[in-house]
Amino acid sequence: MSTLLEVSGVSVSFDGFKAINNLSFQIAETELRAVIGPNGAGKTTFMDIVTGKTRPNEGRVIWGEKSISLLRMSEAQIARAGIGRKFQKPTVFEDQTVRENFLMALKKERGVLAVLLFRPSPADLARVDELADEVGLASELSRLAGELSHGQKQWLEIGMLLAQEPRLLLVDEPAAGMTPEEREHTSALLVAAAKTRAVVVVEHDMEFVRRLDCKVTVLHEGAVLAEGSLDHVTANSDVIDVYLGR
Amino acid sequence: MRTPFIAKNPSVLIFLLALAAFTITVTILSEGFGIGVISTSFIKTLGKTLCLCLIAVAMDLVWGFTGILSLGHFAFFGLGGYMIGMWLMYERTRLIVTEALMQGQIPPTEVEIIDGIGSQIFGVVGSNEFPLIWSFADSLGLQLLLVLLVPGVLALVFGWLAFRSRVTGVYLSILTQAMTLALALYLFQNDSGLRGNNGLSGLQNLPGVGASQAVVSMWFFLASALALALGYMLAAWIVSGKFGSVIRGIRDNETRVRFLGYSVEAFKLAVFTLTACIAAIAGALYYPQAGIINPAEIVPIASIYLAVWVAIGGRGRLYGAVIGAGFVSLISTWFTGGQAPDIALGIYTIKWVDWWLVLLGLSFVGVTLFAPNGIGGLFDLFKKGSKT
Repeated sequence: MSTLLEVSGVSVSFDGFKAINNLSFQIAETELRAVIGPNGAGKTTFMDIVTGKTRPNEGRVIWGEKSISLLRMSEAQIARAGIGRKFQKPTVFEDQTVRENFLMALKKERGVLAVLLFRPSPADLARVDELADEVGLASELSRLAGELSHGQKQWLEIGMLLAQEPRLLLVDEPAAGMTPEEREHTSALLVAAAKTRAVVVVEHDMEFVRRLDCKVTVLHEGAVLAEGSLDHVTANSDVIDVYLGR
Repeated sequence: MRTPFIAKNPSVLIFLLALAAFTITVTILSEGFGIGVISTSFIKTLGKTLCLCLIAVAMDLVWGFTGILSLGHFAFFGLGGYMIGMWLMYERTRLIVTEALMQGQIPPTEVEIIDGIGSQIFGVVGSNEFPLIWSFADSLGLQLLLVLLVPGVLALVFGWLAFRSRVTGVYLSILTQAMTLALALYLFQNDSGLRGNNGLSGLQNLPGVGASQAVVSMWFFLASALALALGYMLAAWIVSGKFGSVIRGIRDNETRVRFLGYSVEAFKLAVFTLTACIAAIAGALYYPQAGIINPAEIVPIASIYLAVWVAIGGRGRLYGAVIGAGFVSLISTWFTGGQAPDIALGIYTIKWVDWWLVLLGLSFVGVTLFAPNGIGGLFDLFKKGSKT
């Protein structure tokens, strides 16, 4: 399988604090990957770098078969290139209906004029229905996103990410604050999404990671500490020392 | 298959009908076209109010929908007024000067006429030379183009610089305020080329038109009503579709919109520039009714009032902006015009001319605290009531 994203030798420091220290990371075109690590290990900063929110001090971030550098692109350009991101806190547009949220995320021309003249076609609306069905929000399309429960907002956001049709999905702590049933649904969604694209999940909850049943990368102090199956990394003595042992 | 735009947005239809009913009623009662119950000066007040409603719609678009609290939109309004004022003043002065020189024994030359116009217009600031910016003042068509072009380009350049650097929130408000203040201070100078603090005057006279003020005022009143109707429909159409979703998204969480792949800066710039142009059109219709424009019109406080109107009317809903601007500016005219009866409290008399601002400030605070949806929010209560 060819590599979709390659991060190599990346370092970032904030006021002298090294948040990311010579980090290298690769992900293939269709792969589910869990990233775990203690607080301050650099998980969120890693996502910030890939999505263009934070610029690294050194290193390379290479994307796709054309090997484009993401470091010179804006957040919006990176998103259009095919990287979707889900934030830790559910961030949907609460003032707008679930349908409007989906329509905004749907993969379409993003230019000012194209958006101004855009009117949803029956195919677009059908696609929204399909997505809503997939994430379990089919009956909520006309409701305001702000009226949804916490779990439903998370799903809406995952659904919006799917609507963007990204090639790489970065998901930050999707299971936080969810009930056990909601967690199950969420993990099933992510596993299904990873069949056709790359998905990187940052998560604290070991049970959730186990359910994803995928390769795990352990970050510590801004660098990769161990990589492999969950059983493999949890058996690693370094990992036990810095993370699990506490 | 597709429902027409108006059918999907009943509030637009209601607004247009209300505006049409108001316009027809005023026309029937006017001196110029009707039975003469409403005086010409009040027609002008109403026409000016419609222009203020139009700039309020623009403000609602940029602030209420996109979340950019611009405190500089009156700069664009004023520039629109200046651009049309230049032609009005030049052309009228040219007619007067030509007529006066024709009285002489020898017919005047072109140069004599130009010199005459120059010293008539710029004598008051100690000059008789035409500044470069008056190059097109003799052409109505070009000045009309400049009404859109000058504020539009200013907004484009200013917005590009500000949004590109990701200046947001209160910092952007301060920056827009600095822009309008800088412009006002520049125009206050005698050598600004626009007659300093004298401004441009006599704008109520349409050069070469024999019609009385009663009739001219009606023309402008009707034109203002038409501009408001068109501006309102344009704004309603813009916010009704995905563009509206995106700009409301920018207002509520611009980072998220960015990660959806939209170039937030481009959308902000588009809205900022478009609303500057709408404000300019409103200004170009306003000042011929006011008769005079001077730099005092574009000091920051004017733009702050605009934000207050929109807040009181209810931002994020277009009719709210219109109601706020119409209601507050009319009532403000009433209070500050000395028509409101003073309240004698024995030891102290409340003079509304002085106390009106206090009342306005209190109602702004009151609306912000207790009715964040403003006057327009009352319609929601009505809607909810009728549903049950």
